[in-house]
Order: sequence, then C-alpha cells, then structure tokens
Amino acid sequence: MSVIVLLPLAALSARAEGFDAVTSSQSVAALKLTIAASLVVAVINAFAGTAIAWTLVRDRFFGQSFVNALVDLPFALPTIVAGLTLLALYGPKSPAGVNVAFTRWAILLALLFVTLPFVVRTVQPVLLELDTEMEDAAASLGASRFATFRRVILPNILPAILSGVALAFARAVGEFGAVVLISGNLPFKTEVVSVYVFGRIESGDPGGAAAASLVILAISFGVLIAIGGLRRLATRHDR
Amino acid sequence: MRRISLLLLLALAFPALAAGASRDTKLALVAYSTPRDAYGQLISAFQKTAAGKDVTFTQSYGASGEQSRAVASGLPADIVAFSLAPDITSLVQKKLVAQNWNKDKFNGMVTRSVVVFVVRDGNPKKLKTWTDLLKPGVQIVTPNPFTSGGARWNIMGAYGGALRAGKTPKQAQAYLAQMWKHVVAQPASAREGLQTFLAGKGDVFLAYENEALFAQQHGQPVQFVIPKATILIENPIAVTTTSKNKAAAKAFINFLHTKPAQRIYAQNGYRPVIKGVTQGLNFPNRPQLFTIKYVGGWASVEKKFFDPRTGIMAKIIGSSGG
Repeated sequence: MSVIVLLPLAALSARAEGFDAVTSSQSVAALKLTIAASLVVAVINAFAGTAIAWTLVRDRFFGQSFVNALVDLPFALPTIVAGLTLLALYGPKSPAGVNVAFTRWAILLALLFVTLPFVVRTVQPVLLELDTEMEDAAASLGASRFATFRRVILPNILPAILSGVALAFARAVGEFGAVVLISGNLPFKTEVVSVYVFGRIESGDPGGAAAASLVILAISFGVLIAIGGLRRLATRHDR
Repeated sequence: MRRISLLLLLALAFPALAAGASRDTKLALVAYSTPRDAYGQLISAFQKTAAGKDVTFTQSYGASGEQSRAVASGLPADIVAFSLAPDITSLVQKKLVAQNWNKDKFNGMVTRSVVVFVVRDGNPKKLKTWTDLLKPGVQIVTPNPFTSGGARWNIMGAYGGALRAGKTPKQAQAYLAQMWKHVVAQPASAREGLQTFLAGKGDVFLAYENEALFAQQHGQPVQFVIPKATILIENPIAVTTTSKNKAAAKAFINFLHTKPAQRIYAQNGYRPVIKGVTQGLNFPNRPQLFTIKYVGGWASVEKKFFDPRTGIMAKIIGSSGG
C-alpha cells in the first residue's frame, strides 16, 4: 500500500511548486467545473446504477447475461476511443440528432459513460445476497412497495451505493482521455482539471502541474471522506 | 521445456556466444508521431544501403514534447526527431544533445512544411488570408499552444502573417487576441484537431500541410488553403550525446538528407530540405513565406509568447473568460 499509493503521492508533493498555477482564474474555473461535473455524475450514477443493478438482479429478460457483460465494457475501452466514439455520436454530425459536443453537457456524457459500471458492480452483489423473505415479510405486514424499498431494501444497499458513488466520483475527477476530445478544452468553459494539468506539463511547468494535481487530490480526498462518513452513518442506521 | 532450459544454460554459460549471435548495430529512434509512416519506409531504404546494412532500429513515437521529456528523464535514444527546435534545445540544456547540433548545412533540420487552413468543402467562407479569419462568425479550430507544442507554429504563423500584412508588432498581438475570440475548440493535439474538424466543428482548422496531405492520402475529405503569407515549419533531428553508436546514428541522419530519403519524406507530405526531389508532387511556392527567425527566433518566442505565466498567449487565453 505504501509503495503503490503513498510513495507516488509523496513524490508528487515534493515536486509541487508555484501555486500561482492553482490560483489563476483559469485553474480555478477548471477546478470548479471538474468537481461540479464529477458530483453531478456521481449522483446520477447513484440512481441509474442502482436501477440497472436492480434490473439485472431482480428481472429476467432475454439477453440478460449479454447486457450484464455489456456493463463492464466502458472499462475495457481505451478512453480516447470512447471520446472518439462519443464525438461521432453526439457531435455536429450526430446520427441521433444530438449535438452537444464541445459543451459542458458533453463532459457529463463522457464521464457518465466511463463511470457507469462502478455503482452497478458494487450494488449488484449486495442485491444478490439480499433475502427476499424480508421483503415478503414487510409486504405481509402491510408495507407498500415503496415503503418496503425505502425501509427494507435501501438501508441494505445504501453502503454499496455510496461506495460506488465514491469510486465514480474519484474516477470522474481524474478522467482525461474520454473528455479531452469531446469537450473542446475551452478555458473557462469546458476545460477540466486533467487537461489544464496536461497543458502545464506540456508548456514546461511540471511544478505547477504537480501543484494543481495536489489541490484536486486534496479536494477529492475531502469529498471521499465525506462519502465515507455518510456510509458509516448508513451502516449504523442499518443495525 | 527441458530444451529451453538447456538453451538458457548455454546462453548463460557462454555470454560471448550469445553476444556474437547478433553483430548488428542497434539504433533507438525517438520521434514525434506524425512522420511514423515515413520513418518506416526510410528505415527499410537505409537498411538497403551499404552504411545501413547491419543496422537495426527500435522506434518510439509520441507527442513531440512528451518524447523530449521522456529522453530527458532517461529514455535511451540514439536519434531524436521532433516537431520543433525547442524540444531539442531542452535536451541541449541537459547535455543530452551537443551544443553544435544545428551547425550543419541544414541547421539541424530534416523536413519542412507550412501552416495551412483546412477548410470545408469548396471553402464556403472564402478564407484565404489571416485577416479573413476575423470575419464575423468564422469559427476556428486550433490546438491549444500550451497543450500542443506543434500548435505554436500556428500561433507564430498567425502573428507573422499579421506582420506581413503591414501590422506593427503591437497590432499583430492585438490580432492574435482578436483571432483567439474565434477559436471554438482547442483540441489537445493536431490529430485530435483533425478529428474535431472532421466531426463537423468549425469553419477552419489551422494545420500543417504535411498533416493535411497525410489525411488526404488516407482518404479523408480534407481541403486546404495555403495563405499567401505563412510560416515555414522546420523539423529538427539530432544525435544524442549518450548514443553508443554515434557513427551509425550520424550515417542514418546523413542518409535522411540524401535525395532518395528526401523523396520519401516528400511523398509523405513533407517539404524537403534539398532541391530536385519533388517532381510530380505539388508544393506551391508562397512568396511571402517566412521562418521563425522573422518573428524573433524560438528562444525569444518561447519566452515572449509561450511562457505559461507571463507569455502573451497565456494572457490572451487567461483573459478569454472568467
């Protein structure tokens, strides 16, 4: 753990210098955009991911195992290819008539695409383990389906949802490949932190790049701890 | 399995034998990605000459700046070929390339190109000069000069183009600021820029002639205009000081400057650095062509325009919003 995670992080802090690379208005805009987009993506994932996991576990339909395998594909696809595909799909020549490329919507779409598996895959095993007798019992005691979900199922799967949300958020913050092509990288409008940091490195300012990375890491760390706290609360409620 | 371990044992016991099996000279070429196809052909052509008979190559391609940084941090290289001279200069500072690398007949350069306007079918917005780019509603796609070293050619082409049109340096800087307001996408690299443009974004994509020709050769529907005043792009090549096979590396670079080699470059879209190899190919002359020297030379330009904190472009991009 120390060698794999802590050492690179320590090396990064050692290299960081020139925090004006962080406080410039361009950098602040990129930071805000990245954090906001990642939070939105994480929240959407919490709902969509849970719904997909539910469908995959509780429903039986034709081609289910096929769809199940499909969920992981965004992980296998090199993200730059994902970006290229999304650009073809949602660009000015979109066959679907959806032209959102080079806007903030495009960033959301790209991030949703690469983070989709996280919540699905954390919730799915918990749902599988979940005893349906509990739900039957709730129903026999007169609970509505919604009440059953809220009082019985949700407390059981909430920790898993939050774990997935945390993973999705962290991944979205650092994502580069899927975003770089479709966002257009306009400073102040569609430039995310990873692209900003890349620019710093390319223009011979690795210290500034390290500094900006440290800030984004610190913010992410804060968000992850907050999600962890929520998760602990949720588990306590469970008992 | 047993046979393999036996072989392994033999190789361990007789290192001299194992070494003797490969008498070839190995050269590591570290280059930027655009001329990859050309180098494939150039290397096989070199290996057919007397000097290149026993030489084998390992090749590494990537973004010019990234490759330069990789060599600076220890990637073994005998020959480095980059998109622009500053990527070699940074290696000179680390003593990985000799001070006098550009003191030959070709000033250290091996290929040339020019900055062009890639336009939509039939050039509907009639974009021919740098001034035309400021027409109302014109949308420009160009890589960001801070993420793509090569995009600095575009900026200096625009700046020099404004000077050629009779503007003072101050007015030319104002032109850059105006032009940047028309930029609607800033892809990270030239290749991504082409993808962005082909996906339908923008009226004009600032590119290099060799990239545009390369795209045409690969069947992409690309049309381009060469502005009357544009910048001559020059791509450098050098032997590293750490090379263990300097003689062979130099022989390869010498070969790259011969007629057959320059012809191969030309067929791949590059303008050659020697005369008489472009028969049958179309590289139109531009009377108002200028080099990087015209706008001050790389050393001055890097500091004045592209310093990430104080450069003119940093200020223009930094004031583009927020």
